[in-house]
Amino acid sequence: MSGYVLRRVGQSLLALLGVSIVVFALMHLVPGDPIRTALGTRFDQDVYEVLLARSGLDQPIPIQYVDWLTSALVGDLGVSFRTGQPVSDALMQRLPATALLAVAALLVGIVIALPAGIVSAVRQGKPVDYAANGFAQVGVSVPDFWYGILLILVFAQILGWLPPSGYTSPLDDPVDALRRLILPAVTAGVVTGAILTRFVRSSVLEAMSADHVRLARAKGMPSGYVLRHHVLRNAWIPIITVSGLQLGTLLGGIVVVEVVFAWNGLGRLALDAVVRRDYPVLQGAVLLIAGVFLLINLLVDLVYAKLDPRIAAS
Amino acid sequence: MSDQEQQPTDAPEPRGAGLEQPEIEHRPRWRETLSVLMSNRLAAVGLVVLVVMVVTAILGHRLAPYALDAQDLTRRFDPPSADHWFGTDDLGQDVFSRVVIGARSSLLVAGVSVGISMVVGTLLGLLAGYRGGWMDSTLMRTMDVLFAFPVVLLAIALVAVFGPSLRNTMLAIAVVFTPIFARVVRGSVLSVREQLYVRAVRSLGAGDLRIVLRHVLPNVAAPVLVQTSLSLAFAILTEAALSYVGVGVQPPTPAWGSMLSDAQRYMAQGWWLSVFPGLAIFVTVMSFNLLGDGLRDALDPQQRSIIEARGAGAKDGDA
Repeated sequence: MSGYVLRRVGQSLLALLGVSIVVFALMHLVPGDPIRTALGTRFDQDVYEVLLARSGLDQPIPIQYVDWLTSALVGDLGVSFRTGQPVSDALMQRLPATALLAVAALLVGIVIALPAGIVSAVRQGKPVDYAANGFAQVGVSVPDFWYGILLILVFAQILGWLPPSGYTSPLDDPVDALRRLILPAVTAGVVTGAILTRFVRSSVLEAMSADHVRLARAKGMPSGYVLRHHVLRNAWIPIITVSGLQLGTLLGGIVVVEVVFAWNGLGRLALDAVVRRDYPVLQGAVLLIAGVFLLINLLVDLVYAKLDPRIAAS
Repeated sequence: MSDQEQQPTDAPEPRGAGLEQPEIEHRPRWRETLSVLMSNRLAAVGLVVLVVMVVTAILGHRLAPYALDAQDLTRRFDPPSADHWFGTDDLGQDVFSRVVIGARSSLLVAGVSVGISMVVGTLLGLLAGYRGGWMDSTLMRTMDVLFAFPVVLLAIALVAVFGPSLRNTMLAIAVVFTPIFARVVRGSVLSVREQLYVRAVRSLGAGDLRIVLRHVLPNVAAPVLVQTSLSLAFAILTEAALSYVGVGVQPPTPAWGSMLSDAQRYMAQGWWLSVFPGLAIFVTVMSFNLLGDGLRDALDPQQRSIIEARGAGAKDGDA
C-alpha cells in the first residue's frame, strides 16, 4: 500500500511539474511583449520598467522559470498587471465562491444520479430505465450555459422566484447566498447528474450480476434486502470514486456557468484576466485550478485504494 | 531434402486450407457496420439530423431566407411568425437566418479541430503504443499533463494567448482534444501489438511501417471512429462555450454561442433569442452523441452479435 501511495504521489508531482511548465510557457507564447500588450494605450515607460523588473521578464527563460516556480511554491504568484494586487490574494478571494458552487453542483448531481441510476438498473429495460437513459443522454448533450440562461428566463425573468445572477457570501447573508446559489448549482449539477446516472446504473448492474447476489436471490431473499445488503455495498465504492473525480472536473468546468450567473469565482477571474490581458492572474488561476484538480484526483485514488485494497495490490 | 520436396504440396496447408471460410456472401465491413448502425433507430436519427446540419452548414447563405446583414429596425424583437420563424433580434435581424448561417462556423470549428486532433492523436498513440519504452513514457506523461487541465479553461487560455480568431479557436480545441485520441489509440495498439497474427507477420520479416499500416491501423480504426463522433459533440459544446464567453468566433460572423451571449442581454425583450440558438447546439451535440453510441455498438463485435441475434430472432419469429 505505501509503495502505491508513494508512486501515486510521485506521479501527481510529476504531472504538477508538467502543468507548471505549460502554464509558464503560456505567458511566453504571447506574441510580442506581454507587459507592453497588457498596458496597451495606457503605456508608460516608468510603469513598464517597474512591471518588467517585478515580473523578471528581462531574465533568461530557464532562470525565469526556476524563479517563478520557487516563488509559486511559497505562494507568490506575482502581481496583477492591472491592479497591482498580489495574484495569490486575488485567487484566495475567489476560491471560496468556486468551491461552494462546485460542491453544491456535485450534491445536486448526486441527488439526481443515485435514485435515477439505481432505479434504472433495478428496472432494466422498463420504461423508467428508458427515462433515466433519456435524461442522461439529454444531460450530456445540453450546453450548460444555455440551460442556465433558460433557468434564468423561467425562474428569474418570468416567475420572479429567484435572483438572476450574482454571488453573496454565505457568511454575509446565508439566505440570500442560498437563493443565489440554487440556479447556478442546478445548472452545473444537471450535467454532473447525467454523467453520474450512467455510471451508477452500470455499477449497480455489475454488482447485481455477481454470484453472491444471484445466490441470495435464489435463496429467496427479499429483493429490497438483497439490493441494500449485497448490491449497493459493492456498488458504492466506484460510485464514490467517480463522484470525487467529478468534483475536480466541476471546479474547472464551471467557468462558463460562473459567467452566465455573474458568479465571482475563479473562472470569471480567469476570463476577466483574458479580456484585460492580465497574464499573471490568468497564469495563477489556471495553475491553481489544475493543481486542485490533480490534488482531488490523487486524494480520490488514495481513498479508493484504501477502500478497495485490490487496487494498490495490482 | 525430403522436407524441401514436400514443401510445395504442404505449404498451402497451414496458410489457408484449414482457415478457409465456407462460401458465404461476403459484404464489405463498412456496409455491414452501416446496416447494423441503421438498425439502431436513435443512431439513424442522429445520422440523418447530422446530414441535414452539414448540408445547412454548406448551403447556409443560400438556405437562409434573409441575408446576414439584412436589418429592419422597425421590426426589432418581433416574436416568431410566418415571416420570421424564430423571431427577430435587437437589430431586427432574422434569428432563423442567423441560426442557419451560424451552423457553418460551429461545424467548421468542430470538424477541423477534431480532424487535427484525430490525426495528431492517432500518430502519437501509434508511436507510443508500438514503440513503447521511453517514447511511450514521454508521450503519455505529456498527454497526462494536458489531461490535468479542464478542457474549456485550457482552450480559453490558449485562445487568450494567441488572440481570438476562428483559426486559433480551432487550434486551441485541437490541442485539448489530442490527448484523448492518443490514449484511445495507444490502448488499442497495445492489445493488437501482441496478437498472434501480428507476431506472425513480424516473424515473416514485415517492416514496422507495413505492420502499422496494414495490421495495426485497421484495428484501431473502430475506436477512433467512435471517439471522433463523441469528440465532435464535445467540440461543438466547447466552441459554443468559447463563443459565448467572447473568445471564440468573432463578430460579425454569427455563431450559436455568441448569439446566446447577446440573447442574455435582451432576455426581457424576447425569449426566442435564448431558445433557438441553444436548441441548434443541443440538437447537433445530441446527434453526434447518438451516432457515437450507435457506432460503438455497431463496431463492438460482442454487441453486434447480440444485435444481429436479436434481429435474426425477430425474423424467425416473423416467419
